Amino acid sequence: MAGPMKMRATLAGGYTDVRVLMTHPMATEQQTKGQPHFIQNLTVKVNGKTVIEGEISQAISRNPVFSFRLKGGAKGDKIEVSWLDNKGDTNKTETAVA
Amino acid sequence: MMKRALACAAVLALTLSPAAAQQKSPYADYQKKTTEAAPLELFELVGEELWKKKQGPKSASLEQCDLGQGPGKLKGAYARLPRYFKDTGEVMDLESRLVHCMMSLQGRSREEILKRPFGNADKPSELEYLSMYVARQSNGFKIDPGTRHPKEKEAYALGEKLFSWRTGLWDFSCTSCHGEEGKRIRASELPQLDDPKQVSPLIATWPAYRVSTSSLITLQWRMNNCFQQMRTAEPIFGSETVNSLITYLTVKSKGATYSGPGIKR
Amino acid sequence: MMQRRGLLKGAAVLLLAGLLKPVAALAAWNKAAFSSKTSADALKSLGTPSAEASGGIVIEAPQIAENGAVVPIEVTSNIPGTTSLAVLVEKNPYPLVAKFDFMESALPFVKINAKMGETSDVRVVATAGGKHYQATKEIKVTIGGCGG
Repeated sequence: MAGPMKMRATLAGGYTDVRVLMTHPMATEQQTKGQPHFIQNLTVKVNGKTVIEGEISQAISRNPVFSFRLKGGAKGDKIEVSWLDNKGDTNKTETAVA
Repeated sequence: MMKRALACAAVLALTLSPAAAQQKSPYADYQKKTTEAAPLELFELVGEELWKKKQGPKSASLEQCDLGQGPGKLKGAYARLPRYFKDTGEVMDLESRLVHCMMSLQGRSREEILKRPFGNADKPSELEYLSMYVARQSNGFKIDPGTRHPKEKEAYALGEKLFSWRTGLWDFSCTSCHGEEGKRIRASELPQLDDPKQVSPLIATWPAYRVSTSSLITLQWRMNNCFQQMRTAEPIFGSETVNSLITYLTVKSKGATYSGPGIKR
Repeated sequence: MMQRRGLLKGAAVLLLAGLLKPVAALAAWNKAAFSSKTSADALKSLGTPSAEASGGIVIEAPQIAENGAVVPIEVTSNIPGTTSLAVLVEKNPYPLVAKFDFMESALPFVKINAKMGETSDVRVVATAGGKHYQATKEIKVTIGGCGG
């Protein structure tokens, strides 16, 4: 149902760089004449523990791309990013730190 | 879509004027940052899936498609198009070659393939996804279209001729907008496309993700849309007309490093 | 036992019918802050009405955007103990664009793509040790052009 979601997590100079791409219309109130459709919540987990909670608005661009950073980290760490939109749809993706 | 095209074209007539001396685009930083931040990989991923997907009456994938470097060889293939292909006797660009492979390898009809060559934000077309994937495999390669075969020379000559060919309701040619230094439509700079210095960075970044419409765009689409803006007849997808223009622009960009897929306004 | 099974099955049917939202859909989202039409109101709803200006917040973004649909904005806070970052676009119809809470190993850093309706200040509010700090940066947005 939800379009492709992709993530890359790499170790870089003392921290873990996480880049996550998601497919979503992020349609605003204006664009939809009052029926906005957009991601509201983002959750980033490292090895099962929540490390980032994000609340976002319809002003995030269509097909959102986010970058996060984690202190330290090790190869093989499991990163999971999930999203939830205002219609109750969800999607998530997992990757191991390279 | 039509309305915006009309509005743009109308303003065109009023604002076509040589501007100040060519300066580095004020949008260079924006373009660099936005290209890095754009969701290009998502589309390339879908393109890869489509490349490998078994389709058509022959239930075959495109993995044996020859884009000029041998069946299935993708590294640098896009950067070396358009070129002459012996099996069709024509100079072909990426999209016409993809159509050819869909027909010959997958057994699909041209009508079915070109039912919807250009997509939109909600649903890019199959050809757009594939173009993004294939183009990515040429990132870093030198732009090197075919120039030695007689048919390639013919295509270049035809492209050059068409570039200044006046046509349509308003008697426009490509040169009306793209034939002189420093022209502008509203806030968009119009590149002089027969100047290698100006056309190279552009050819080096197609196909692209168009941020204003969240859609994928390719050179076949660009030509089609230009013809529309010029108020002349709609070109046939992958026709000699369009392919020779793409050849002309790509040969003018020869030697530049392909750095796409990119983003466009 | 039979009664309970029936109840559970009923709930499942209601869930499928979209009448009962699954627990996931009840995640916190600050509606008041995101519906605020001014930066001041949004910050009030976020609980950060008076944040002091700080050079410890770094906003990296293009000076001038060719189009407002995708404006890449990178934010870092060098203020020790930063646990949250909020990004606002002053002139947007609803200024609050995003808010992130950082825990454990997460660094107070984020890169987002925002929609900007016009030239505007981007305001970032960081919360560290119970105190609030802010910084702004103007991003010019070109409106009106003919694609590429």
